Amino acid sequence: MRDVAVIGVGMQKWGELWEKSARDIFVESALLAMDDAGVERIDSMYVGSMSPGIFSAQEHLESVLADYLGAKHIPATRVESACASGGLAFRLAFMDVASGMSDVVLAGGIEKMTDVSGGEATHALATAADMMWEGYSGVTFPGLYAMMAVAHMDRYGTKREQLAEVAVKNHANGFLNERAQFRMKITVDDVLNSVKVADPLNILDCSPITDGAAAVVLMPLEMAKKLKRSGAKVIGSGHATDTIALHGREDMTALKAVSEAAKRAYAMAGKRPQDIQLAEVHDCFTIAEIVVSESLGFFEAGQGGPAVERGETARGGRIPINASGGLKSKGHPVGATGIAQIVELVEQLRGAAGPRQVKNARVGLAQNMGGSGGSCLVHILEVM
Amino acid sequence: MPPARSWRKYPQTYRLEAARCKKCGATYFPPRLICPECKGRDFETFRMKGTGKILTHTVVRTPAHEFAGQAPFAVGIVQMDDGPRLTVQIADVDFAELRVGLPVRLEFRRIFCEGDSGIIQYGHKAVPARA
Repeated sequence: MRDVAVIGVGMQKWGELWEKSARDIFVESALLAMDDAGVERIDSMYVGSMSPGIFSAQEHLESVLADYLGAKHIPATRVESACASGGLAFRLAFMDVASGMSDVVLAGGIEKMTDVSGGEATHALATAADMMWEGYSGVTFPGLYAMMAVAHMDRYGTKREQLAEVAVKNHANGFLNERAQFRMKITVDDVLNSVKVADPLNILDCSPITDGAAAVVLMPLEMAKKLKRSGAKVIGSGHATDTIALHGREDMTALKAVSEAAKRAYAMAGKRPQDIQLAEVHDCFTIAEIVVSESLGFFEAGQGGPAVERGETARGGRIPINASGGLKSKGHPVGATGIAQIVELVEQLRGAAGPRQVKNARVGLAQNMGGSGGSCLVHILEVM
Repeated sequence: MPPARSWRKYPQTYRLEAARCKKCGATYFPPRLICPECKGRDFETFRMKGTGKILTHTVVRTPAHEFAGQAPFAVGIVQMDDGPRLTVQIADVDFAELRVGLPVRLEFRRIFCEGDSGIIQYGHKAVPARA
């Protein structure tokens, strides 16, 4: 296997981009990434997108996007793993370069979610759960994570306010990110008093519905050094699945797909949880960040809540989590999220994250998951 | 929901039929073709008794459109006494009464209606098992 580097990143402001089509949103980010990488052509491309069929009535997205990127006749692949589609696209691009099949590969993600009504978007997202045996009860995605929260609170005494602290921290970070959808600071009281969605989760515990894309360019590390490109080395990649239904899991207070994917990524990288200096994790709901931070091994089971309360995951804390603002503040165009996490890590490891910069960060981790944890991707990057 | 899809689920939604692996005894609702625990492929069908307890719960306040008229409603994951776990609505319950460990039993109920000419979907909801 060849060593692989990410040498270009591209992402524009996320939000309700009514004036732009899905293909234009993607091409803008892809071109930014290619310009940043200093490449004029790519050998192949992988794009994560969860549900263009429902959101844009358009399947066969790989052809649409390669065509509009002007990348005539390249092999292009759209991949889907619900909200982990972007992370999966990145892994496949990594494997493509590592294997020697391709040299310059673009990994991207795109979701155009606001062309449909809120109800339709809720439906599209709900298809990431077990539609036959979970969806039939009327449970929603916030509902599934709410049930994780209730189980976690019951078992470990995690407090409602600790969930709110996750949103407060991520909005404080996102306030400094000019590409974030919701650049505003919030308080614990704001979260506790916001509209109820699925008890105990309120609207400010939930990531938003977003239009957005992100893209990165990978190439062999040796080639990147020869061409004097700056970026980050991909040192670990882990991928795992779990039961589709939350009720199929012995322990609903932990995420096995996360711990298994992390174990594989740590092993490949030769790193331990305590070697990670910043992490971008999948905070689709506040409880998700707490459970994920435990399943990644940053904290003991049950200690994720107290840790966020003590500020250990803040930008200046022991293990800064979601310096970008996370899904919560930055937005969550589902297919793009996993790639945006890589964009943040590369900018941080380059020391180019501006006011969000985590000091002396040399090793970063990205964790992206689908559904209620039915799939998970973990990547570890290191300064070049 | 397409009629064939709805009809395929009748053994479970109408009769609560579950499967028990003949090799290791693990139970599944709905039935499966292979046991993830022991890779056994022989199962016996059994009918769940319909009693269990709540493992976790929530109150859905912003539902998908099929359930729009029903919100807010409680949903929980129920550990059935005969083994399987399922995600079901919890009916006839005061939300303040919801707690982990609450004993429940399943009752046959209407789940949702699909508009003018759609199928009325039936299935089971949990209700508190009061003595």
